[in-house]
Amino acid sequence: MSKGKTLIEVEGLKKYFNVGGGGVLKAVNDISFSIAEGETLGLVGESGCGKSTAGRTILRLYEPTAGSVRFNGVDINTLSPGKMKAMRRDMQMIFQDPYASLNPRFTVTDIIGEALDIHKMAGSRKERKKRVEELLDMVGLNPDHATRYPHEFSGGQRQRIGIARALAVNPKFIICDEPISALDVSIQAQVVNLLEDLQNRLGLTYLFIAHDLSMVKHISDRVAVMYLGRIVELAESEELYANPLHPYTKTLLSAIPIPDPEIEANKKRIIHEDHGNGPIHTDKDASVSGGTYDLENSELVEVSKGHFVSMPKKG
Amino acid sequence: MEANQQIKVMPSPADLTADDFARIGADEKQAEIIQRESVSALKDAWQRLLSNKLAMTALFILIAIALMSIFGPLMSKFNYYSNDLLSGNMKPNSEHWFGTDDFGRDMFVRTWYGARISLVVGLVAALIDLCIGVVYGGIMGFFGGRVDTIMNKFSEILYAIPYLLVTILLLVVMEPSLVTIIIALTITGWINMSWIVRGEIIQLKNREFVLASRSMGAGSGRLLFRHLLPNALGPIIVTVTLSVPNAIFAEAFLSFLGLGVQAPVASLGSMINDALTGWLYYPWRMLFPAVLISLIMLSFNILGDGLRDALDPNLKN
Amino acid sequence: MEPILQVKDLHVSFQVKGGEVKAVRGMNFEVGKGETVAIVGESGSGKSVTAQTIMRLIPSPPSIVKQGEILFQGQDILKKSNKQMEAIRGKDIGMIFQDPMTSLNPTIRIGKQITEVLIKHQKMSAGEAKKRAIEMLKLVGIKNAEARFNQYPHEFSGGMRQRAMIAIALACRPSLLIADEPTTALDVTIQAQIMDVMKDMQERLGTSIILITHDLGVVAGMCDRVIVMYAGEVVESGTKWEIFKNPQHPYTKGLLRSMPRLDQKKGEPLIPIIGTPPDLIKPPIGCPFAARCDKAMKVCERIDPEATVFSDTHLARCWNLHPMAKEVHPNE
Repeated sequence: MSKGKTLIEVEGLKKYFNVGGGGVLKAVNDISFSIAEGETLGLVGESGCGKSTAGRTILRLYEPTAGSVRFNGVDINTLSPGKMKAMRRDMQMIFQDPYASLNPRFTVTDIIGEALDIHKMAGSRKERKKRVEELLDMVGLNPDHATRYPHEFSGGQRQRIGIARALAVNPKFIICDEPISALDVSIQAQVVNLLEDLQNRLGLTYLFIAHDLSMVKHISDRVAVMYLGRIVELAESEELYANPLHPYTKTLLSAIPIPDPEIEANKKRIIHEDHGNGPIHTDKDASVSGGTYDLENSELVEVSKGHFVSMPKKG
Repeated sequence: MEANQQIKVMPSPADLTADDFARIGADEKQAEIIQRESVSALKDAWQRLLSNKLAMTALFILIAIALMSIFGPLMSKFNYYSNDLLSGNMKPNSEHWFGTDDFGRDMFVRTWYGARISLVVGLVAALIDLCIGVVYGGIMGFFGGRVDTIMNKFSEILYAIPYLLVTILLLVVMEPSLVTIIIALTITGWINMSWIVRGEIIQLKNREFVLASRSMGAGSGRLLFRHLLPNALGPIIVTVTLSVPNAIFAEAFLSFLGLGVQAPVASLGSMINDALTGWLYYPWRMLFPAVLISLIMLSFNILGDGLRDALDPNLKN
Repeated sequence: MEPILQVKDLHVSFQVKGGEVKAVRGMNFEVGKGETVAIVGESGSGKSVTAQTIMRLIPSPPSIVKQGEILFQGQDILKKSNKQMEAIRGKDIGMIFQDPMTSLNPTIRIGKQITEVLIKHQKMSAGEAKKRAIEMLKLVGIKNAEARFNQYPHEFSGGMRQRAMIAIALACRPSLLIADEPTTALDVTIQAQIMDVMKDMQERLGTSIILITHDLGVVAGMCDRVIVMYAGEVVESGTKWEIFKNPQHPYTKGLLRSMPRLDQKKGEPLIPIIGTPPDLIKPPIGCPFAARCDKAMKVCERIDPEATVFSDTHLARCWNLHPMAKEVHPNE
């Protein structure tokens, strides 16, 4: 896979939230990675691991607690509001919930056209309408439906409206935040194929966030596994599947059901301890089958080319 | 393929031909078509309201009362202020349809005139509550943090002062008049609305469609006026509808205490107060204004409930 | 095998503004003793409506059972009074729902929620009920069951709550358990555990299970038989081996093709099913899948096909299985 130069560089990114009683939720705790132009990086983990927060912090929808995000070499967290607004044309997001991510009071035209209005990219109403229809066509929706409201569409169709909205400003980089997990199985493949097709046609770079490792493996060039706010393993997707090293990755892989009764009947499952503590974990809670270690004192080590695993810090 | 041990072929209609089995393949256009009629959320709500008989009855009654309060006084040859001591305390008759009061003033005219005052007070107070409440609540909810804390504390303190006390103090300072009453009512009346708006905005501002708009670079104004407030419209409309009868009642109550509009100007509350002294002998003097104010308040409350159901389809579906 | 539940020609509709949504349009199936049957379908296929109709949990109106019968242990559930139904729910038929967060009462301790059922249905004394409840909590894999007994639902994680739900649903040893998307809201690692618990409980208690799901992966590991629903109809049903190894209906085939598999090589494209399921306010006259089916023929749009039966367990409804279709297209 010969990919171009680095487009996105995330370094030491942290996002903490104050929770009640003086507690701190370290949702994203010191993550670093980079994505090359035209590449898809998958970010997997279970609910509460911080993957969605990571996505939102990278787009600066949340102000980071620490760390930097460089887009084409520019640290976006130092940009003035005006420059940040311009930067937003290059970085877009597709959201998880196709029901919640579209304003119910807007027509499809207004939803997709909003970005054009914000960045004054359409000179006239006619131009705006033409561009919206073009975008609808691009995502395989009937332009005749442009005056309808989101609730009239099915889940898959709404998600395509969300994709058209993200594409309106001709972005270079799109964060796909669990774009298919709310969709029916028969629809998921449609959306994934559309994303892949758009990537090929428009040269997009993706950060694909999901909890479904099989879909992530399918779409991503490389995959990062997140656990309790940290990346515990990062490798090319084939490598990660063939040779998982971190115990958490192994657990995750063994838990995914495969639609084949033969394989399921012979599968051995690696059990991940459910501590029953709910979503707010503590740092000490990094026990995975195969041993406990302190995630707070861990680092990503490159064990073979391009394959990184979290290990206890030496010394 | 497995051995087909006992295939039972499906029965087929007699007229099938080979042509029926010609491939046509998937029809993407057909498979994506939306069949239901297009309706916006507001239109949908309106249709739901139309189908609510009770709420529509209430709306009809309110419109009728409003029309009568405008045109009712014109239908009679009397006016609301002229005394005619010779025809005081008359029972309802062909000349004075609702009878007369102790000064011989025509009760029909006075009742509708009073209803006019009550409605004006209610609507104006509700409108002022709406304006202040939406702006104040919108700012609290949208900016959050310290702004929210300080503004919220201020509204809580204001709310803690008994409103009757504020009103009475205000009426001492200012002349008792319609304007004074409206000011008195709105001094604390907007707080409820601001809390409702704040709650809605806080709930909405982390919704994904708002994040989506932010990720496209939308500024505060666009977020607030295009995304947040329109989606909070339902609860706002309901709150306004329910705050009108509150204001009407408060006005009636103040007038009843003698703190409201001053004679010869009539409001429903002051008329009931006037009727109090001889109500055993002249019950019609109390009956008409009392029935009317009850009808107004009941109708507004029913309409408000109907609006709540219509605007929030999640409540019943 | 003696069926414990028989659903015969069930039609369920919903009255909505502007018409009638025909959510279930002629369901026929049986569940044998100790058997696990999966009903697979996407949202709006009628699978949850079927489950809730069996439990008589859908309010009517808006729902109407147009026709059909549901025989549970030989008696028609649809003819029972509400009172009789209350005695059956929780005692003879247990149910677990998708969202363990909302299906437990947040203000009542977990233990009490189990003992309540026991005291009501089994007329147990408080002491006996507590003993059984703790035993149930242990069975579903909750550690420190004695301490957990006195905790509230918010002190449990999502997976724990679903375990507790299973404990409640199975406390009275019902002969049938209906699990409506029991793991959809859970993480994969937790999902795997919950499925294990359900399998384990079934082995111990001999409960029949109806598993409602959209995830064919879960089905492969857990079920004996699979019923594939589409647009309110059964389009194919068979043992899991028949469905996964020898699917006959284009929809079933399409579902299996459109799922990425971990053991697949990279670069193999997914083959999606195009389009969207039909709106059941105006269901198609012919085969409901025709508009999305790459094997559709003229007749498919005109007449809804009847079942072709391959074995005692395997049937599918598709015109391509008709002998004439094989004559016209001999090379497929």
